[in-house]
Amino acid sequence: MTTVLKAEGLRKTYKLGSFTSRVTINALDDINLDIVSDDPVIVSLVGESGSGKTTLAKTILRLVEPTAGKAWVHDQVVTGSGGMGRLDFMRMVQPIFQNPFDAFSRYRTVDTYLHETAARIAGLNGAKGRDAVDEALSSVGLDYADVVGKYPNQFSGGELQRASIARALIPHPQLIVADEPVSMIDASRRMIVINLFKALKEQYRTSFLYITHDLATAYYISDYIAVMSKGRIVEFGAARDVLSTPRHDYTKLLLSSIPTLTHKWDRTPALASTGA
Amino acid sequence: MIQLKNVVAEYTTKRGRMKAVDGVDLVIPDGVIVGIAGESGCGKSTLMKVLYGDLGFPLSLASGSVDYGFTNDKGQPVTDANVQREWFRHVSIIPQSSMSSLNPVIRIREQFVDFPATSKDKKATLAKVREFVQRIGLPPESIDAYPHQLSGGMRQRIMVALATFLEPEVILADEPTTALDVVVQKEILLLLLELQEKMRNTIIFVSHDMGVHYQLTHQMLIMYAGKAVEHGPTEEIFRAPLHPYTLLLTSALPTIGDDRARQGLPGSPPSLWDPPKGCRFAPRCPLATEKCRTEEPPLVEVRPGHSSACHHIDRIPQLQADLAKAPSLDDLDEARLLAQVQENLRREHEIDATADAAPPSEVDRPEIPSEVADTVAPAGGER
Repeated sequence: MTTVLKAEGLRKTYKLGSFTSRVTINALDDINLDIVSDDPVIVSLVGESGSGKTTLAKTILRLVEPTAGKAWVHDQVVTGSGGMGRLDFMRMVQPIFQNPFDAFSRYRTVDTYLHETAARIAGLNGAKGRDAVDEALSSVGLDYADVVGKYPNQFSGGELQRASIARALIPHPQLIVADEPVSMIDASRRMIVINLFKALKEQYRTSFLYITHDLATAYYISDYIAVMSKGRIVEFGAARDVLSTPRHDYTKLLLSSIPTLTHKWDRTPALASTGA
Repeated sequence: MIQLKNVVAEYTTKRGRMKAVDGVDLVIPDGVIVGIAGESGCGKSTLMKVLYGDLGFPLSLASGSVDYGFTNDKGQPVTDANVQREWFRHVSIIPQSSMSSLNPVIRIREQFVDFPATSKDKKATLAKVREFVQRIGLPPESIDAYPHQLSGGMRQRIMVALATFLEPEVILADEPTTALDVVVQKEILLLLLELQEKMRNTIIFVSHDMGVHYQLTHQMLIMYAGKAVEHGPTEEIFRAPLHPYTLLLTSALPTIGDDRARQGLPGSPPSLWDPPKGCRFAPRCPLATEKCRTEEPPLVEVRPGHSSACHHIDRIPQLQADLAKAPSLDDLDEARLLAQVQENLRREHEIDATADAAPPSEVDRPEIPSEVADTVAPAGGER
């Protein structure tokens, strides 16, 4: 069995204010997670804005140094003391960001990113690098010929997001951290990318950490789900179980607030009864 | 009763004129909540601007008219020509971004006093405002704050308070809760619903979230590429739609507790610079035939109060039944899933290739005409 993702006592504290009025914010407050599986898994991290889900993702991506604690991916320490080398880390964990237009520089063509990832991270140069780029692009439904020489603004949002998925796939990472990857895509086409994640999980044997505020898509693709609130994981378990029989009050609150198509909300009066 | 007659709204750009709303006829009875839905770039926000009378370069009303069905102080009927004078008193708006709509350098109470119709007695007005704000669940002191001191949810409540304080006949809400978390979204929407039930105003509600429409609206207008494709009672729109686009839009998203595999709707809407001759949805439509590609279907009333613009309404129940039979995601083996994903990506590519080199961006951005967008966007390569 492999430990796909593990966190132990992960904390991140931000200090705000001056000497006289110091405020500390616990963005991550003792995060413990342990996901063990032989097969690749999709783990969803859900919660409202400010719950710390993006901070946790950034900590695993090493973009944020934790105040205390450690995290492991595939049995290796990725953050905290005793972490692996930078290049080894980048071969193992790759990110996909929310807005592909921010992820790629406007002044460089998209294919330079793909080739650089192949050369510097996967160590594939020349024809081998070209093959790796080709393979990654075709697995997300893009043609090399359609991508080469184009700047980000020449792509549609969905295409560019798929190009950024292809970039993350080039080194065949063990884990892809996707932070709100579909929230910029129109609802009608979101499922195309969501299904793609599911297919890539099987094809590349890659696990995903899917960070989202959308519980319905989390239910649809994930094997495990962690619900975060105020820097803590309040509920964790198999996705279908957690979302069909939630135990924690916060999960119940989130679920009852989703505007569904199946039943209307319970109406409790919002207006104070004073006055006409 | 609000009457829209053949409304055509155009953006003037360097490349020419583009019709973002292309001939919408609509009658909205008093006291109902009407939802407008569609993908980004379908014209829903532009139609909202027309309804608010917020017309100015580069947007203009090329033809058609809006009649609001009530008269102003001088006894003249309010139309698109003079609606600006009725803002807040009779027609108000709840915008998406409360932060960019409230004046950041004055206190919120000053913004209430700024209303054109508020009486000269500032003290009495403020007392009323405090009482009103308290009723909608905010502390009365919150109007003494500056906008940045309040949370996003509180600010959006203030926007609702501003829009409803003078009990206007018509409230326009353009994605009012898109920037908020689900818990706060539910609170704001239920508040709006309750205020509407008390004041009986007409609310026109734009959102891309079909779930929000289902919870809130009585009637819906579905738009596609500048055209109205379906209009009817909300319950029927969801249970027995009369347009394939509506059906695919509502079945594109997963629901908790439902394990059926979802396919989404591949491809982008057509370019509005060069819309297809026939039905604009034909390139993405699974029911499309030769007739759809050559002849534009008119919007006709099919059931009482429910109209649709489609040549193949009779085939929609079959499509709906087929979609309902989709296999569970867990039953799909790896090979079939891969094949389906690849097929969808191929179709997406194919449709986008025919849709013009410049598809309307699917990224959720405000609809800005390309001229403005070009000045914002960096100097990239030429298309």
